[in-house]
Amino acid sequence: MSFLIKKPVTRRAVLRGAMGGTTLGVALPFLDCFLSDSGQALASGAPLPVRFGTWFWSMGHTPNHAIHPDASKLAFLEECMALTPYTQHINYFGQFNSPLDGRPNHVHHTGWVSCRTGTAPIAPGDIPAPTLDVLVSDAIGGSTRFKSIDMTCTGNPRDSFTARNTNSRNAGEVSPVALYTRLFGAGGDANSAAAKADPDLMLQQSVLSGIGAERQRFVRRLGEADRARLDEYFTSIRQLENQLAVQQRGTPAGAACVRPAAPKEGPVGLEIPVAQANHDAMSQLLVMALACNQTRVFNMAFNNALSSLRRPGTAYTHHTLTHEEAVDQKLGYQPEAFWFNCRVMEALAGFIDKFTKVKEGPGTLLDNTLIFAHAETSYAKLHAVDNIPVMMIGRAGGRLKTGHHIVGHGDPISRIGLTAMQVMGLPVEKWGTGSQQTSKTITEILV
Amino acid sequence: MMPVRTRLGLACALLLGAALLTACSRSEPPTKGGPVTVRRLTEAQYRNVIADVFGPQIVVAGRFDPIVRTEGLLAVGASRASITPSGVERFAALARSIAQQVVAPGNRELLIPCRPAAPGAADDACATKFFQQAGRLLYRRAVTADDLAGPVRIARTAALARQDFHAGLAYGLQGMLTSPEFLFIAESAEPDPADKNLLRLDAYSRASRLSFMLWNTTPDAMLLDAAARGELADADGVAAQVDRLMASPRFTQGVRAFFTDMLSLDDFSTLEKDSLIYPAFGLAAAEDSREQVLRTLIDELIAREGDYRDIFTTRRTFMTVPLGMVYRVPATRPGGWAPFEFEEGDPRAGIQTQLSFVALHSHPGKSSPTLRGKAIRELLLCQKVPDPPGNVNFDRFNDPKSPNKTARLRLAAHATDPACAGCHKLMDPIGLALENFDGAGQIRLTENGERIDASGELNGFKFADARGLGQAMREDPAATSCVVRRAYTYAAGRPIEKGERDWMADLEQSFADDGYRLRPLLRRIALSKALQSIAKPKPELSAGGPT
Repeated sequence: MSFLIKKPVTRRAVLRGAMGGTTLGVALPFLDCFLSDSGQALASGAPLPVRFGTWFWSMGHTPNHAIHPDASKLAFLEECMALTPYTQHINYFGQFNSPLDGRPNHVHHTGWVSCRTGTAPIAPGDIPAPTLDVLVSDAIGGSTRFKSIDMTCTGNPRDSFTARNTNSRNAGEVSPVALYTRLFGAGGDANSAAAKADPDLMLQQSVLSGIGAERQRFVRRLGEADRARLDEYFTSIRQLENQLAVQQRGTPAGAACVRPAAPKEGPVGLEIPVAQANHDAMSQLLVMALACNQTRVFNMAFNNALSSLRRPGTAYTHHTLTHEEAVDQKLGYQPEAFWFNCRVMEALAGFIDKFTKVKEGPGTLLDNTLIFAHAETSYAKLHAVDNIPVMMIGRAGGRLKTGHHIVGHGDPISRIGLTAMQVMGLPVEKWGTGSQQTSKTITEILV
Repeated sequence: MMPVRTRLGLACALLLGAALLTACSRSEPPTKGGPVTVRRLTEAQYRNVIADVFGPQIVVAGRFDPIVRTEGLLAVGASRASITPSGVERFAALARSIAQQVVAPGNRELLIPCRPAAPGAADDACATKFFQQAGRLLYRRAVTADDLAGPVRIARTAALARQDFHAGLAYGLQGMLTSPEFLFIAESAEPDPADKNLLRLDAYSRASRLSFMLWNTTPDAMLLDAAARGELADADGVAAQVDRLMASPRFTQGVRAFFTDMLSLDDFSTLEKDSLIYPAFGLAAAEDSREQVLRTLIDELIAREGDYRDIFTTRRTFMTVPLGMVYRVPATRPGGWAPFEFEEGDPRAGIQTQLSFVALHSHPGKSSPTLRGKAIRELLLCQKVPDPPGNVNFDRFNDPKSPNKTARLRLAAHATDPACAGCHKLMDPIGLALENFDGAGQIRLTENGERIDASGELNGFKFADARGLGQAMREDPAATSCVVRRAYTYAAGRPIEKGERDWMADLEQSFADDGYRLRPLLRRIALSKALQSIAKPKPELSAGGPT
């Protein structure tokens, strides 16, 4: 196991400086009784939930053109200029490393896997531990209709960066229409009286309960490895049962919850205008799904790990440009690759913006969300996996201070993931393996 | 390197002469068996099963979770795949949709073998009869009372709630279609009476292996009957069934599925070409190019019973209007497929020059000798190309001020970096032979005004162009060894075991002895003891006890 889950550390223990005087920072478990009385509540009176999501991009940043090197303040440079209006909502993490412990750097793979699992993969395609979003959704995703909503803007459901293991990757939704149908189509209005009274939900639950009852009979025929694999399937069945139960009892929606208009069918793919349009449409559906409490966990991938984004009519993709385009000596960077990086950061800015437009209590949806955004490399030209850019965006229900530029000084990148999970209330004391194993929370950003 | 003869084969050759070699080589070397597998149904298998059990009129509308390609095949990945929460959600939605279609008026009369006593009430007897019939095909074995109890109970409850027998039946069927018994092909083993050190697949598991290998679908009633009667424990009984399966038109479906997996044709689902750079290569051309290679393979290997090696040199294929626009040849049959043969001397010869290969293994807006070379090595020769190192320096590759106008010159400059040279030596000399085909697979003679040099070398076989590459591949024993290994791995749904080396060598030799014809190869695999042998699990008998 790359992480240890122990008995939750109590608020009292933390406040008294327990744990042997170490600098362990432990986020407070997300229990309703710990929420402030500042009036943040759903329409039903229930406290506003805190959501967690990831936003993936590939090809990293153009060195010296993305983030101001002076870490005393957070300031974005040309490539990330689109993020400037949201600076006060962002924590930027730089100079955290991904030690490989002698394992090869599987290009465009090792970086994101390290960042999300705290472990360097052994082989190409290897995902040695559950990604952190899966751990978070295991902890907080059970009370909503969907444990997690996963999206990718590439047109390929395989371009997903969320997985329980190598052979159990969560496929991304690629089409806004399909996403809309899933979220808001038949059965999507979980709070309507009609939905609650529909006997179909109860019957479907019976169907799934029947499958659950087969478990013992089925797994006793299996070897140990297959048993573990099928356990995942039965867990998925239970999750679907839970979804139906949530639909039956209804979930309290936020005041901003409005059933959105259905998107129009459009192309999917990696031409940059197409990816941008699908990202925009799916982001809009996502924020409403969050406001309507359909899910509390999400994953958005803007491009694939070997970014195949391209401009219509041009022969080179984003990825090939990062390797094959010459550095402009005057500018000091690869201008075409830089152009793509700018568009990616604009997409992230657009994503953030949608969260700020949904009002929740005295603030916005973004205040009650933690978006864990990161790349798979720092400088794509060299496939570098040290100093991979990571951002935490949003205040996670008031648990995070934002607007900081945190410098890791070569510490393992797993510190960021550990901190994110603790902020989300997971009782994780230690995370990662080998040189990435860490118990050091980034306390500077904790409230 | 020629295929390795077995020691037994060599002994026979020495002692009895060449005339008896074939007969001797047919005695199968012993193996130590492999594990039982638990395979998740692939999308194609799921669709085939639904069509075969309930009819092609049942629409399977939905997306499936991808399976991770493992050891070169999705068939192996399926043995390691689970189902994620969103995947279960999709399977449940599919099951619901299919079940509702099956019980809908128009279908129910054909598919449900009885009428309920009262259409507005439950009828356990009729429901049981239906689930028994459908369940046997869906679960690929005789259904037990335990299997039936759940669906019948759900059908009863739902019929009462809905006051509709058929609506109730749909819920019960939905459960069967979401059950692990349906979604996973879980094999079971039993003691092998011929070898106390081994297990063997039980009869129903063997029926499934044969059916999915040769038809890519569930065993039909005759195969299940043969399993129930114990005929699959007997060599003659197995041979009768294998010959029946291979004589069926569905055999073509099975062979297509094998090559779809081997050639990674599922990648077509996400293939993109820049419409401004390649206006002729639209969606229709992409879909047709996938179909074209499958038609070519079936024609050469099954209809003509040809030599497998000829797939690298054949000029025969099939053409549609959209393909004709990309190939720039006249297509004579609007709206359909027509046989087509490229002229002698045309650069198009062999499947590696068809769009399904040269367009699939390219970038959206340009060709890629490296991707093509890698695909030939990995897909057609089963040779693993190492991953690129992390510290690649591409500066020399695409310096716009460089005088290197062609990919060959640029790659030559790039490969002067020692970190890159090793792998590029494996890929480039092959991939560059296909540089007369642009990123969409259209013929070109120049790049940036410079004449393209498509010469190269494969394992010492020098060639001048793509046709020569095809000849080199035809003569390369790795190509025939590759298809043998892939075919067996595909059938078994697992990687080749260490204890199967002699068997592989023997299989390769038999393939050669049979003139490299695919049908005898597949038959031999299907009939083999190796395919049904299961290693005893250690330390406990956890891999499926006697059933």
